[in-house]
Amino acid sequence: MTGTSPAVVAASKLGLTFQTNDGPVQALSNVDLTIGKGEFVSFIGPSGCGKTTLLRVIADLEKPTSGTISVNGMTAEQAREKRAYGYVFQAAALFPWRTIERNVGLPLEIMGLSKAEQAQRIKRTLDLVNLRGFEKKYPWQLSGGMQQRASIARALAFDADLLLMDEPFGALDEIVRDHLNEQLLELWGRTNKTICFVTHSIPEAVYLSTRIVVMSPRPGRVSDIIESTLPKQRPLDIRETPEFLAIAARVRDGLRAGHSYDD
Amino acid sequence: MDTFRDKLIPVTSILAGVVVLWYVMAVILNTPFQRDLDRRAGETHTLSEFIGKTLAQPKPTLPAPHQVAVNFFENTFLRPVTSNRSLVYNAWVTLSSTLLGFAFGTALGIIIAVGIVHVATLDRSLMPWIIASQTIPILAVAPMIIVVLAAVGITGLVPKAMISTYLSFFPVTVGMVKGLRSPEIMHLDLMHTYNASRAQTFWKLRVPASVPFLFTSMKVAVAASLVGAIVGELPTGAVAGIGAKLLAGAYYSQSIDIWSALVAGSVVAALLVMVVGIAGRIVDRAMGGRPA
Repeated sequence: MTGTSPAVVAASKLGLTFQTNDGPVQALSNVDLTIGKGEFVSFIGPSGCGKTTLLRVIADLEKPTSGTISVNGMTAEQAREKRAYGYVFQAAALFPWRTIERNVGLPLEIMGLSKAEQAQRIKRTLDLVNLRGFEKKYPWQLSGGMQQRASIARALAFDADLLLMDEPFGALDEIVRDHLNEQLLELWGRTNKTICFVTHSIPEAVYLSTRIVVMSPRPGRVSDIIESTLPKQRPLDIRETPEFLAIAARVRDGLRAGHSYDD
Repeated sequence: MDTFRDKLIPVTSILAGVVVLWYVMAVILNTPFQRDLDRRAGETHTLSEFIGKTLAQPKPTLPAPHQVAVNFFENTFLRPVTSNRSLVYNAWVTLSSTLLGFAFGTALGIIIAVGIVHVATLDRSLMPWIIASQTIPILAVAPMIIVVLAAVGITGLVPKAMISTYLSFFPVTVGMVKGLRSPEIMHLDLMHTYNASRAQTFWKLRVPASVPFLFTSMKVAVAASLVGAIVGELPTGAVAGIGAKLLAGAYYSQSIDIWSALVAGSVVAALLVMVVGIAGRIVDRAMGGRPA
């Protein structure tokens, strides 16, 4: 953990209550969390634990009902207006009527960059996710894994230092997922971005993260924060080492402790 | 080619069934008048002679398919297109006001839909009126539109086109409201994370997402436009157009003329819907649509 650098995300006593027809639902309660620059933080927990909601609060897609959140030292809304983060959704969410390069260029168009600048950034980010040669293809012509890579390229295209990823590989099969995990780690190592990563897979969380935030439901809260002792260089077979398994066991224990199994 | 054959066989067998039924009905419906004629003339016929005569009356109650076909062929291909008896000429007159009304209707429909999607007050205030407008029988409204516009000096193509507009804006409005609201939450959230303005979200997301809805509703609208143009010709005392042909046929009991005008109307309608469909497919392909 890079404790000395200023916080990229700082949440304090954060709470969010949704008003539903069945009464109020506490999606987040009393979340305290600080994420430093260059960290890779995973949020893991059963459904309903508020991990996606927390990510959406950071992204200013939801407004907290109590507590405070700051992103890059600003409010979440100011940070969004300054395009402080790239967001990757559960599905690739590419526009079907745009080619891959025009999908990646969408945020750049919206920011009003020059055509030349757009072309240069599109090329660079497509190289970064190994999608060179697919510029003119439409999303349906690509596999699910490639589509998700294109959506990561889109999130990287405007050079935000923070990447928010909401179960980006959840819908992909195990083999593609392994491959993309490896590529994501490599990309993180090269770009020194801060990544917040929501997942419900323990191996994925342990493999990727410098820190794992374990969350539990009803009300959604942080039940444990686990520092990873794994080195920055992580080949896929690190997942068989005793160190990896020990961290995974801690995460599993944390999940079990926070989750009531009577229902 | 197999898909072509798969379609051809069911379509032709239905068509053959319809033609057979039509002949049977023609014989049945024309029998009383033919019997009347024969009795007055004091003639008796064999069954096959009698059936032949029921299918060859000059003003039959129900013309036989071949009578309609001959009339349609003569009035389409054998007359100069400038003749006011030519179906091509009459179809063109109706088509021109159909197209004008369709263009107005589509534009109006899109404008209303954009308003409804973006202004909450319009959503609540306009939609009930739009639905109510379509429950008024067009036959009641059409003469009023024609008469009112004639009173202020507008005659000819525009009043007829306005009736087409009246009928065609509705499907476009309904389709486009749905289309402009069709983007997934995820896509809207994505635009929000880019801090996109409303105009950017509109042009880069809502408009492209609504295009398939536009073409589907335009297919309905263009057919409705044609109905509007034909209805618009009935009360105007129009001298040309498919509606005028229908009316003249009714005045002079020229049932064969009525039917061939009906056929002409159907052909025009089928062509219009086909053209819109092809345009839709071309646009879809240009927008990266997956070939079916």
